[in-house]
Amino acid sequence: MGFFLEVLIGGLMTGMLYSLVALGFVLIFKASGVFNFAQGAMVLFAALAMARFSEWIPGWLGIANPVVANILAFIIAAFIMFLVAWLIERLVLRHLVNQEGATLLMATLGIAYFIDGLGQTVFGSDIYKIDVGMPKEPVMVLQDVFAGGLLINKEDFIAALVAALLVAALALFFQKTSTGRALRAVADDHQAAQSIGIPLNRIWVIVWTVAGIVALVAGIIWGSKMGVQFSLVTVALRALPVVILGGLTSVPGAIIGGLIIGVGEKMSEVYLGPLVGGGIEIWFAYMLALVFLLFRPQGLFGEKIIDRV
Amino acid sequence: MIYRENGQFKTSYAADQQIFPILQDRWAILGILVFAFVAVPLLADEYLFRAILIPFLILSLAALGVNLLVGYCGQITLGAGAFMAVGAYAAYNFFVRVDDMPLLAALLLGGATSAAVGVVFGVPSLRVRGLYLAVATLAAQFFWDWAFLRIKWFTNDSSSGSVSVSNLSAFGWDLESPTDVYLFCLLILVVFALLAKNMTRGAIGRQWMAIRDMDVAAEVIGIRPMYAKLSAFAVSSFFLGVAGGLWGFVHLGAWEPAAFSLDRSFQLLFMVIIGGLGSIMGSFFGAAFIVILPIFLNQMLPWLGDLVGVSISTAGVSHAEIMIFGALIVFFLIVEPHGIARLWSTAKEKLRLWPFPH
Amino acid sequence: MKLRKYALAVSLAAMGLSFTLTAPVHAQAKGKQAQEQFFPVLVYRTGAYAPNGTPWANGFVDYIKLVNAKGGINGVTATFEECETGYATDRSVECYERLKNKGGGATAFQSLSTGATFALTEKAPVDKIPLITAGYGRSESANGAVFTWNFPLLGTYWVGADVLIQHLAKKEGGFDKLKGKKIALVYHDSPYGKEPIALLQERAKMHGFDLSLLPVAHPGVEQKATWLQVRQNRPDYVLLWGWGVMNSTALREAQATGYPREKMYGIWWAGAEPDVKDVGEAAKGYNALTLQHGVELNAKVTKDVLALVHGKGQGTGPKDEVGSVLYMRGLISAMLGIEGVKQAQERYGKGKTMTGEQVRWGLENLDLTQQKLDGLGFAGVMRPVSTSCLDHMGSSWVRVHTWNGSKWEFSSDWYQADEKIIRPMVMHASLKYAEEKKITPRTPEQCKQ
Repeated sequence: MGFFLEVLIGGLMTGMLYSLVALGFVLIFKASGVFNFAQGAMVLFAALAMARFSEWIPGWLGIANPVVANILAFIIAAFIMFLVAWLIERLVLRHLVNQEGATLLMATLGIAYFIDGLGQTVFGSDIYKIDVGMPKEPVMVLQDVFAGGLLINKEDFIAALVAALLVAALALFFQKTSTGRALRAVADDHQAAQSIGIPLNRIWVIVWTVAGIVALVAGIIWGSKMGVQFSLVTVALRALPVVILGGLTSVPGAIIGGLIIGVGEKMSEVYLGPLVGGGIEIWFAYMLALVFLLFRPQGLFGEKIIDRV
Repeated sequence: MIYRENGQFKTSYAADQQIFPILQDRWAILGILVFAFVAVPLLADEYLFRAILIPFLILSLAALGVNLLVGYCGQITLGAGAFMAVGAYAAYNFFVRVDDMPLLAALLLGGATSAAVGVVFGVPSLRVRGLYLAVATLAAQFFWDWAFLRIKWFTNDSSSGSVSVSNLSAFGWDLESPTDVYLFCLLILVVFALLAKNMTRGAIGRQWMAIRDMDVAAEVIGIRPMYAKLSAFAVSSFFLGVAGGLWGFVHLGAWEPAAFSLDRSFQLLFMVIIGGLGSIMGSFFGAAFIVILPIFLNQMLPWLGDLVGVSISTAGVSHAEIMIFGALIVFFLIVEPHGIARLWSTAKEKLRLWPFPH
Repeated sequence: MKLRKYALAVSLAAMGLSFTLTAPVHAQAKGKQAQEQFFPVLVYRTGAYAPNGTPWANGFVDYIKLVNAKGGINGVTATFEECETGYATDRSVECYERLKNKGGGATAFQSLSTGATFALTEKAPVDKIPLITAGYGRSESANGAVFTWNFPLLGTYWVGADVLIQHLAKKEGGFDKLKGKKIALVYHDSPYGKEPIALLQERAKMHGFDLSLLPVAHPGVEQKATWLQVRQNRPDYVLLWGWGVMNSTALREAQATGYPREKMYGIWWAGAEPDVKDVGEAAKGYNALTLQHGVELNAKVTKDVLALVHGKGQGTGPKDEVGSVLYMRGLISAMLGIEGVKQAQERYGKGKTMTGEQVRWGLENLDLTQQKLDGLGFAGVMRPVSTSCLDHMGSSWVRVHTWNGSKWEFSSDWYQADEKIIRPMVMHASLKYAEEKKITPRTPEQCKQ
């Protein structure tokens, strides 16, 4: 029982991180109809920027305090993500308005290649460290309830907490600010939004920036867990079944989907994996999403697609 | 002027419905075939064959398969690599488990197996579409990656999970020298391209296109979506399976699932989108672009660097390579979202009027 | 007179230009008619495995530069060209095709990837170029009678797995103490990670320990489920068969699940600086095999590289990397290739360029005595290597080193793999391969040629 709970908690916490990456997908898809495959590359790029600047800043400015260095690095990295968003809007999106989904998808793959190359050229391709002071050692709780106790990873716990906070902040931003309302209006109907005077291009930059900052936070959490390295781009692949399960256009869907996929993945690997030789978690997540789609083709919370002839 | 069909009158239905109704096209195709079958083997060296032409031919075949599904039937797939893998491993099993199995038969059986698997993984397309379907096809990709690593039977109990073939021959023709391999691949490609071209002109191709353009409307006029979609998956997977078999058998010689990874699927999708969706010709353009460009950049950049007196490190070259590659893809999509094939047809339009455009 | 000078200058310039056109990265190209021996270098300095591929490549290239600084291979200049593979098999094949005929023909290929090794094993015999896979590749290729062109010098994965079990037995106080113990293999889900399984299963049968297999999908950044299983089964030892970012992730996950790092043992590809550097103190106590050498900051060859290559501003990578584990691995790999050429020159003529076939003979008759190694500056780094037709491995000495939180330190004596177990397995697997490929193994007489 204790072990089951550990797997469950482990799954939930991993799922929270998946949600964070999935959120990036959903935000951009909602606002610009682009299925952004470059999300993984953005996570890597943001994490690389964060890692390298927090390493360089103490040397440049003579600040020994790691907290200040980290905060400065975060600000710089966020600014870089804004620049990336602005450039993408300027150079790519603006020219691809009204293209088909597949074309846009390919364009983001092209962007992903570019960012991968650029990130490694500017920041290097070694393994880098992000140290934001997350505790690494596990703690044991509830030892009197279960034999052997429950092992909880504090780092995962904090990461999940940060992810939850970010999601809450985004929800507030979308619901309560005027920019957020404009964003939702664009998401609903581009042309109607434009006709009432919402500047589409600016909205896109904002959305991509927000997605960039979400990528940065995801990158920091993953990076502090396992080091910043090229392989971070693969976390995007882990988050894809999440978006499919949750629905491409739904923020709550990304979160619930993330939790379901996280738990499903870990449970399948731990309990079913040994029966078939292990290593099944990645395709199991996709299969789970696929089976789910057969019953609800638009995802858990996605909008129902109505076709007219 | 050069490209004008004036004066070419069709006097029978057969003449009107031939593959290349315009005389110039027929000559051009004939010229290309003669060039490919006669001139290239005389001119190309081993590097060109083994590193560029053979991969180009095999990936063109794969791109054709993807184009039938994505370009003609409108079902986006990100699992193309998996079907190549299925074809390769199935062909391998037929080849080593059945005594005296001819190479061509093994490849075709591999393709057939892949087609069957394709139908199974095409079933979700009946319910989901668009980007949802694209991600759903990833399930096939990851599942087969795993299956070929884990299930020992598929790899003939090889301890490391890597398989290899050698001593290939078809109809008593030893596939040893690069020229032989090239001609073998070319032959298969020509036959399959003809097949694809005719299929897209025939009833089945028209059904696919109707489904692509508007599936609800197609259903209303009496096209069975299930049959059309699943047949597209089957044919596409068949092409991919044969291409996968060729890739493993004649190009790599020994392979592991990583040879057909997700990157391969992306690469194939790039080919059809850059080349032109819904165009047989486009598949070749796309394959040429995607196969040759990275290799060209990789060799060109150090040379350029030398020219201006900068020595670029190997890492720098390959970073620059993927950056330029990515940028060019975006550039192409912006300039011509309908692919190189569209540029080609624009050029044909121009040639028709040239040199007196008004 | 002036005219002749002009003509000479123009023709030289034309030569130089055509040379840059044909061979852009020839580092050591000289205008003279010097003898040259061309070494293709397949590297990966980008992508998921770059942190580990880069030091290897730097060591490899630096050693070639060092040899040239010392006057070449009996006067023959060693040239090289790098080609980036990104650890992908198809790019490796492209690089192989690109480089195999360059510079008068490639001396030997070293792919640094098990997947690429499998593909090149099929191609090398056709082109008659030897394939050196020092510390990786297919284990059965140690049988040179079947695998004429493969040289898994210094050790295969079966050697590694065997020594690991020996070491664990020694820790426990004898092979009989292994009975009933639980050992988990956490491995990279690819041919590389699966190589040792056959031998571990053999040993498990012999000693009665319980082996559980935990695969990790490429590139190995998501291992939570794996380590949950480790926590569930609580194995006595975890063997780590990872590459690249998978290793450091495994150590972090071990820390997160509270698995003692002292009980973790890595293969020699999971025991270098990039694997533990960022984990730092948390990896303290983690052990890994060494392919003979470890961190060699005090070896003579390291000092030579610093003085003669880096000292002249020709170093390939950063200076503080010289002597690190993977750097040394690359350096030794290059040395083995060069010594193969030297051995071939003994027979086919000193100071001449050797063909692939001649180098193959040299590698098959390699006899690096301790004295020779000491002379090359490898005193204390390596033990003798001597190959033969039936033994393309040449040596199976292995040590264990342990990360103390800031650096690697040797923590065991020398081990040697148990030939009684490995030899039959090698023969069995290689003969099966020969049967599939319809190769007739070379007889001892044919070997002598």
